[in-house]
Amino acid sequence: MTENQVTINGNPFPVQPDDTILDVARRNSIDIPTLCYLKGATPTGACRICVVEVENARNLLPACSTPAQAGMVIHTESPAVVTSRKMSIELLLASGNHNCAVRGSDETGSFTDFQLGVQAQDHSDRLCPAWGDCTLQDLAYRYQVSGEAFPATEVKYPLESVNPFIVRDFSRCILCGRCVQACNEVQVNNAINFGYRGKNSKIVAAGDRPLKDSDCVFCGECVQACPTGALMEKDARYRWRPWEAEKIRTTCSYCGVGCQLDLHVKDNTVFKVTGAEEIAPNYGSLCVKGRFGYKFINSPERLSSPMIKENGEFRKADWNEALDLVARRFAENRDSHGPDSMGVLTSARIANEDNYLAQKFTRAVLGTNNIDHCARL
Amino acid sequence: MTNTIADVEEADVILVTGSNTTENHPVISSFVKRAASLKDTKLILVDPRRIKLAEHADMWLRPNLGTDVAWINGLLHVILKEGLYDRDFVENRTQGFEALQEMIEKFTPDYVSEITGIPSRQIIEAARLYAGAENGAILYCMGITQHISGTDNVKSLANLAMVSGNLGRPGTGVNPLRGQNNVQGACDMGGLPNVFTGYQKVTDADTVGKMESAWNTTGLSDKAGLPVTEMIPRAHSGEIKALYVIGENPLVSDPDLNHAEESFSHLDFLVVQDIFMTETAQKADVVLPTTCFAERDGTFTNTERRVQRVRKAVHPPGAAREDWRIIAEISRRMGYPMDYKNASEIFDELASVTPSYAGLSYARIEREGLHWPCPKPEHPGTPILHAQAFPIGRGNLHAIDYIPPAEQVNDEYPLYLTTGRVLYQYHTGSMTRRTEGLNERAPESFVEISPADAEKYGLQEGDKIRIASRRGEIMARMTISDKAVDGTVFIPFHYAEAAANRLTNSALDPVSKIPEYKVCAVKLSRAA
Ligand code: SF4
Ligand code: SF4
Ligand code: SF4
Ligand code: FES
Repeated sequence: MTENQVTINGNPFPVQPDDTILDVARRNSIDIPTLCYLKGATPTGACRICVVEVENARNLLPACSTPAQAGMVIHTESPAVVTSRKMSIELLLASGNHNCAVRGSDETGSFTDFQLGVQAQDHSDRLCPAWGDCTLQDLAYRYQVSGEAFPATEVKYPLESVNPFIVRDFSRCILCGRCVQACNEVQVNNAINFGYRGKNSKIVAAGDRPLKDSDCVFCGECVQACPTGALMEKDARYRWRPWEAEKIRTTCSYCGVGCQLDLHVKDNTVFKVTGAEEIAPNYGSLCVKGRFGYKFINSPERLSSPMIKENGEFRKADWNEALDLVARRFAENRDSHGPDSMGVLTSARIANEDNYLAQKFTRAVLGTNNIDHCARL
Repeated sequence: MTNTIADVEEADVILVTGSNTTENHPVISSFVKRAASLKDTKLILVDPRRIKLAEHADMWLRPNLGTDVAWINGLLHVILKEGLYDRDFVENRTQGFEALQEMIEKFTPDYVSEITGIPSRQIIEAARLYAGAENGAILYCMGITQHISGTDNVKSLANLAMVSGNLGRPGTGVNPLRGQNNVQGACDMGGLPNVFTGYQKVTDADTVGKMESAWNTTGLSDKAGLPVTEMIPRAHSGEIKALYVIGENPLVSDPDLNHAEESFSHLDFLVVQDIFMTETAQKADVVLPTTCFAERDGTFTNTERRVQRVRKAVHPPGAAREDWRIIAEISRRMGYPMDYKNASEIFDELASVTPSYAGLSYARIEREGLHWPCPKPEHPGTPILHAQAFPIGRGNLHAIDYIPPAEQVNDEYPLYLTTGRVLYQYHTGSMTRRTEGLNERAPESFVEISPADAEKYGLQEGDKIRIASRRGEIMARMTISDKAVDGTVFIPFHYAEAAANRLTNSALDPVSKIPEYKVCAVKLSRAA
């Protein structure tokens, strides 16, 4: 064993300065499950899902917050680790309305009672809105546990949906703290934090006010970070399930940051937008416009037909008629008043390909350099 | 930007000026806030308004509107006097140092303080902080450019960076933040009156020859065309007779709107191509429906010069078509065929005539975008400009004197007006105002005024106010806010029904032709 190596599941791996056990594992494609860990933020060690066994250590250690020390001999799926993870997951599943299928059987009748209770609180007869897009659910499948191992805890705080974008469903909050870190350490909006103590813990905006009356700027970083159904996009809740939607990677069309995002599309409609993690320039972050400002796409006010004005009124026209008219008038104008009597305003909104053709057209066809855009305005 | 967005977190000192970053470039603001609040990076904010970033700043300088050259020269004065400048960089990489030295001689902290209202102590401290940094980055936006002295302001910031040697390394640079998604691309693609793609001059005979052969045509004009701010007045005087407006809404975004509206009404023929019936489209003879970003393939180039893919996710409504298809169809009907199967083919053509894009293709940017200049297919792109040398060899230091804004307050128009954006709306609002949630957060225009001014003019929160300048007037609700500075009101320009640009001054920067949106004189009265 050389000086700066650790052994994970029997294989040696080099350690770099400041590495945690999780860093070494991820770099070498060893899968240690995490729940509360948020890349780029200070690890809190809150959920203990990532625990691993380190030989000669007294307890299991959270991989996300334990520095990797040379010589460590680490086991990531040992019986002790698996037992501990199962218990952590069971406890989380029992705390709140986790009424997805991982809730388990109905041997005692508790399943039906539980579902009915949750559905009444949800005002919906459907399973959890995060079904299929929930890290807790994934973990429950992976470790084959269900929620009845512990008595269900009572739900203390009502759902909050008094803003246009985000639904806060405290009944599904597992207090992992990822949202708090996303808000304070990634976006640095400092809008939410842990409030109250012990069993009454709750994620609150200052003064336990609704988000709309807080410092929240609706960037949605917290929604994207939330591993459960506790924070969801209002528009997507119950209307969008991941397996029904197609995900298309593209670039935000608002400001010049050019955030990379995924449009989640179903039935030719965008239902939800998420930031593309792991790549520049935004590494998963978005702002309110990029994340929630997509409704204009399907707006009924979109222009859907060429229009020609006659006697001060617009009428619909087909493409042939409209294009012929434009081409004829442009040509007449160019030929009778000269090319420099015409101008083209291209746009800082449209793509490079459009702008390229617009200037090619202006220069090669209209014959003028009168082309500009309103970028500086 | 000379540097990348992520680079900001590498800086030891960040100087932000003329950018309300948290509202206009929210994701970049996160990089700045993380550096300033969670790391040791020092943030110097220079902005008259108490914007959100002020909470994260280590130093906050509040200059009077339109006095940027003065405070920048003040910083330079201190840096030179105290010998804080980067001698190596100045000697080896720049020219014009003596003239600059002479110019800044009179910009003593006291003199600068008089003009800008910034205490001289702060000028000295800011200069020491920025010039003393291992790596100092400057970020700026329209608060710097939208002045008659906009070009001077930008050159002055470049002086500051060069004299301090803060260029060409991670965490340094002079970084303009572009307001719209593809400003950078529209400029790169030659959507400008004086250049083809890649800033190749239309007045250069060789370039014209090259384009003629690439485009298989002859007789391209080698005379620079008109910028938009001169095109519109010439529509008024009848020299411009036909206008083809693609994806712009100048009848909300132009300065001195009343005059712009008249100009448009003088046109013989107006074609507007857009996704909505905008204020400008309503004036058109023909309106052509086009696709939005989610309905088409293509590329945008972001503010850090990164060329990124745009992909089709949904079908456009009805007969709407991509802009390039419409342009190609008009062209074909005018006897110049443009046959492209898809956007990728156009990209390949534009890359072939644009040296800085020559090495790019859709395949290369499939997963992650690349920064131009990227001259060859095997070139990795250029995240940081000017690492070794400037394209022109030595960087020019410019000796620039301070000139006051074009319009001054007087007894009749006693307040300054400055315009800008708010987080929840975008540009002329044609997209954001059709997203209910955003409207709920920012439903209508407002005038933001300082508590002291509100008291002085006897105005109350929520009052309906008439705001008039020498060019027009609008009505809006009043918001009393400690964001505002005494003597200056702020109005966002997104709202057509209370268009701030009915008030703004169309006085232009002589070089960039950018209007002075950021300063004009107004008066307020309570609406009856
Ligand atoms: S809201 Fe979501 S992210 Fe926040 S603590 Fe609860 S479960 Fe975790
Ligand atoms: S939306 Fe953004 S600002 Fe609001 S609580 Fe979530 S992370 Fe914080
Ligand atoms: S998500 Fe926000 S910050 Fe990012 S590009 Fe879009 S508008 Fe800009
Ligand atoms: S992921 Fe490590 S403690 Fe939660």
